[in-house]
Amino acid sequence: MRPLTEEETRVMFEKIAKYIGENLQLLVDRPDGTYCFRLHNDRVYYVSEKIMKLAANISGDKLVSLGTCFGKFTKTHKFRLHITALDYLAPYAKGFGVAAKSTQDCRKVDPMAIVVFHQADIGEYVRHEETLT
Amino acid sequence: MEGHSVEELLAKAERDEAEKLQRITVHKELELEFDLGNLLATDRNPPTAVRSAGPTPEADLRALARDNTQLLINQLWQLPTERVEEALVARLPEPTTRLPREKPVPRPRPLTRWQQFARLKGIRPKKKTNLVWDEVSGQWRRRWGYQRARDDTKEWLIEVPGGADPMEDQFAKRIQAKKERVAKNELNRLRNLARAHKTQLPSAAGMHPTGHQSKEELGRAMQVAKVSTASVGRFQERLPKEKAPRGSGKKRKFQPLFGDFAAEKKSQLELLRVMNSKKPQLDVTRATNKQMREEDQEEAAKRRKMSQKGKMNSGPPGLGGKRKGRQHQGGKRRK
Repeated sequence: MRPLTEEETRVMFEKIAKYIGENLQLLVDRPDGTYCFRLHNDRVYYVSEKIMKLAANISGDKLVSLGTCFGKFTKTHKFRLHITALDYLAPYAKGFGVAAKSTQDCRKVDPMAIVVFHQADIGEYVRHEETLT
Repeated sequence: MEGHSVEELLAKAERDEAEKLQRITVHKELELEFDLGNLLATDRNPPTAVRSAGPTPEADLRALARDNTQLLINQLWQLPTERVEEALVARLPEPTTRLPREKPVPRPRPLTRWQQFARLKGIRPKKKTNLVWDEVSGQWRRRWGYQRARDDTKEWLIEVPGGADPMEDQFAKRIQAKKERVAKNELNRLRNLARAHKTQLPSAAGMHPTGHQSKEELGRAMQVAKVSTASVGRFQERLPKEKAPRGSGKKRKFQPLFGDFAAEKKSQLELLRVMNSKKPQLDVTRATNKQMREEDQEEAAKRRKMSQKGKMNSGPPGLGGKRKGRQHQGGKRRK
């Protein structure tokens, strides 16, 4: 377990910023506690400082996971975001969805065309049971 | 009035004495057990006062600690004292409490090769005397070790054996044989150690030149030779066209696990600010490299222009001059 280097932090922030933009600083600097990112076995975990200090007592090979896994770094050092980060990204999201058309097409299309597909995560059916009829 | 004050003074003195005594004497239901060798006092009284104290037992705990410490100090004052360099020192008795092990029990080591062999053959170590009578020196000498009884390297007269070359140095031969025995012993000791710790000895596979070594073996031997200096190869010069070895950089160093959280947060926020500023930040290294490259290109272009001009100038005046000039310039340019 170790903190991220400058390069790794930059790569990870660039990825996350694509989803939540400037609200990322609300993840870094929280009013209700000190949270930090730690790297363990190529996976990035978002964990409160208290829990991280407890996890430091477990030896590295026996430690499976701590806090919330945000994603992992691949062998070529690209950052892949995982679904487990959704709970932290959703409150700050700027609109989740999959693009239906490319950026160029989006500009030329008529006002009623579908541009983004909203894909629900597995819990959305349960969460929004009332509103989804 | 005076009688009153004298009586009062006496009463006050008596009260002071009683208070001092009260401070020194402590009443306990069960006596404490003392181990003065370890400066230990064990209190087996049930801590009812502390339990019934309520949410803040600090005052009661402190009082309890004070009482027990007072009793311990009382015991210490009863020990025999002595003077050590102008300081009065109490001599502590032997400690009676047995402290637990500091480190874990050592795990059993694997047997050495000799021990395995001896166990197999049923050989038991024979008890031998350490000292042997040495006729030559007329005294008792060790069986082995420093100034041993029969040390064949220390003989002053050695007869040349029957079939040996008369020009051979027999003394040097014996010293060499002893060195080889010592080296073999050391090697076996290291092998036993490596087996005990489950590691491997660094193999000297390609180190002895045989004449039939592969390229990889030679490369490995060369690397080992390079690093086998006092500075671990740091100041070894390379041959003119030799390439630098790969993977010889420093091991990566990471930030400590819980360093300064505030500093970490600050650096991350700074990084975010730079990312969000939408202005391209000046990367100093790339800028300087670009500048240097541009300067080099300018220099090269200037040199080429000068040589072109020189060629044109030396062209018109005569064939010979032209040829000479051309060859000269050509040589220069090629260089």
